[in-house]
Amino acid sequence: MADIRVMREDLLPPKPPPRRHLISIGDLTRDDVERLLATARSFERALEREVKKLPTLRGRLVLNLFFESSTRTSSSFELAAKRLSADTMSFKASGSSVEKGESLKDTAITLGAYDPDVIVIRHGEIGAPQLVAGWTGAHVVNAGDGKHQHPTQALLDLYTIREEFGRIDGLHVAIVGDVLHSRVARSDIQALVLMGASVTVVAPPSLIPRGIERLGCETTTDIAAIAAADVVYVLRMQRERMLEGANYVPSLREYAARWGVTPERLRPGQKVMHPGPMNRGVEIDPVVADAADALIETQVRAGLVTRMAVLYDLLTHGPVAVRSAAIHEVA
Amino acid sequence: MLARSDAPSENVVFTGARVLDPAHGLDAEVDVRVDDGVIGQIGAQLDHNEHRVVDAHGLVLAPAFVDPHVHLRVPGREDEETIATGTAAAAAGGFCAIVAMPNTEPVVDSAAVLGSLIDDARDHAAIPVGFLAAITKGQDGSELTEMAELADAGALGFSDDGRPVVSPGVMRRALQYGAVTGRKLALHCEEPSLARGGQMHEGAVSAELGFGGHPSIAESVMVERDLALAAYEERPLHLLHLSAAESVAAVRAAREQGVDASAEATPHHLCLTDEAVRSLDSNLKMNPPLRSSTDRAALIEALRDGTIEAIATDHAPHARHEKEVPFEAAPFGVTGLETAFAALYTNLVDTGLVPLETILQRMSAGAARVYGLDEPQITVGARANLVLLDLNATWRVKEESFRSRSRNSWLLGATLRGKVRMTLADGRVAFSA
Repeated sequence: MADIRVMREDLLPPKPPPRRHLISIGDLTRDDVERLLATARSFERALEREVKKLPTLRGRLVLNLFFESSTRTSSSFELAAKRLSADTMSFKASGSSVEKGESLKDTAITLGAYDPDVIVIRHGEIGAPQLVAGWTGAHVVNAGDGKHQHPTQALLDLYTIREEFGRIDGLHVAIVGDVLHSRVARSDIQALVLMGASVTVVAPPSLIPRGIERLGCETTTDIAAIAAADVVYVLRMQRERMLEGANYVPSLREYAARWGVTPERLRPGQKVMHPGPMNRGVEIDPVVADAADALIETQVRAGLVTRMAVLYDLLTHGPVAVRSAAIHEVA
Repeated sequence: MLARSDAPSENVVFTGARVLDPAHGLDAEVDVRVDDGVIGQIGAQLDHNEHRVVDAHGLVLAPAFVDPHVHLRVPGREDEETIATGTAAAAAGGFCAIVAMPNTEPVVDSAAVLGSLIDDARDHAAIPVGFLAAITKGQDGSELTEMAELADAGALGFSDDGRPVVSPGVMRRALQYGAVTGRKLALHCEEPSLARGGQMHEGAVSAELGFGGHPSIAESVMVERDLALAAYEERPLHLLHLSAAESVAAVRAAREQGVDASAEATPHHLCLTDEAVRSLDSNLKMNPPLRSSTDRAALIEALRDGTIEAIATDHAPHARHEKEVPFEAAPFGVTGLETAFAALYTNLVDTGLVPLETILQRMSAGAARVYGLDEPQITVGARANLVLLDLNATWRVKEESFRSRSRNSWLLGATLRGKVRMTLADGRVAFSA
């Protein structure tokens, strides 16, 4: 007869801590951001060596799940994982069963069955990363969900600004353009305000979301306001996300004339950033885009080390952000 | 006017309950005896007449509820709800009658479809059901349905719910034709060019989350238009699921001018604000959307002062796989029949915002009045439409708790106070727990 064993709660192995994800800048504390930026900096130094590969994440699997097109984000996540010796697997919606109508849930569960340690997901709809976090056992990194959040973009922007100015606190950043359709703007406003910068949104009235001031920024429709900023952050006019016939602006020509960032509207030495891809001649004058004061290429390089830091932090370090699928509070 | 099955009527005595029918001046611990489905006697220490005795000490016995706004999904989406499951869910929620909306597949826009629904209800409904028919054919807003024939076939009223009647000209003709049908129009007020692309209320939360905004004025400008047309044509109308403070103000003003306008609000709009959408839970997606705390306060005030005379669940079942998607891809709508009273009791009564008597009245007589149904009441000689409530019971809303075929409740996981113990609908026990 088999022994009857009494399972005592205090004799059981400790439960693993909840899985950590990076879904939204809103989930991070200032300390979280400082730690991530410091980690990114140490990776930047490591990448200056002749052999750039680190063994840190050997044996780990990073799955890139891209439902929307991407150049910078997908390539930098893939390279970031490789530089840390993780295995990578890339999934693109085009050419997959998604085209046969497979749901996000079934796609996530199918790929989750390979037991990835991290799933990096980009999706056209708000909240997709949070759903995937609930359906799989992986740590989830939001690489852009609709118009909601793009937290690693905000982190790389903070990194870029910190490297350029030596600080973020007290700087003034003007974010210019299509804020309404921009996940980058939402993440960047939150991140910059969190780190002590002041933010002014400059855009046509129809592209400033009503109530955005609640994030702690100011708003204006006057492009002249960019002159006072330390950094002019230019957003892409997201024509693909605009409703047809919605008349956000009468024409791109009128937008470029009124709100385009041109050499004449900038002070000498004023730093310009853009998350890419650019519409040259629309939101940004090509002369500005190619000028020495533009930090756009620096941003791309910062993207690599920042994403390495995020992967490293999630798999080895203290909490980036804990987000459970909490039940909403009933008022 | 309601389709009902003919099950045997009940003989039952409720003893020891707090019997509460404020409209008839009743708030006392007395017995109520139901003889053959009719309230036979109310008083202390009643003769049981060998009826079944329900010991209701510590419970409240009140007139049962009426829901003027339910989506039964029949015909077309029997995977989401059927007449049997929808009415069973309603009975479990304390309802003795419900009114079903015509936005089905096909739309209820002909006497043939309406007739088959009424037959279906006679065979399968746990409680009496009334049906609205569409204002326009296919609910596409252009051509009026044969409203006189539909009224003769049993339509309680007319609605294109789910979408507005966009053309003011068509709306005016529909109002005029009400003089022939004698039935009310029930209007879903939404100006499509303002609400377009809207996933949630336009405000600071939508700005932060990135969702397309559905501004409160998208509702209120249409409410104002329809009230103006109703005033001009001197016809009554009913305003569905009001959500915005501006709409409430418009109704109040129009009534003072003598417009015969009734209005309803849902438990979710009375209990929640757009802040709840931060969870990104698709079970918080509905149309009209959850609005600001100012709007919620205006709805509560209007509920108290009677500007909003009916509570309606707008019970909108959806298949699980259609809601298990990102918020923007999910259909609008949440279920509500089985949680309505408990949600309101927990969030409005227990918190001191609205008296229990007001909630009971707006869920019962106030709601019945919208389409001229018999008002449930605890008076001798009335058909027994009764709900037995346990105000002290707390329960957790779980997927398994539902009788509805769908589980897209905004309250999943919540702990509520107040439970329906028994429902008598049209003299029959429709639910008992």
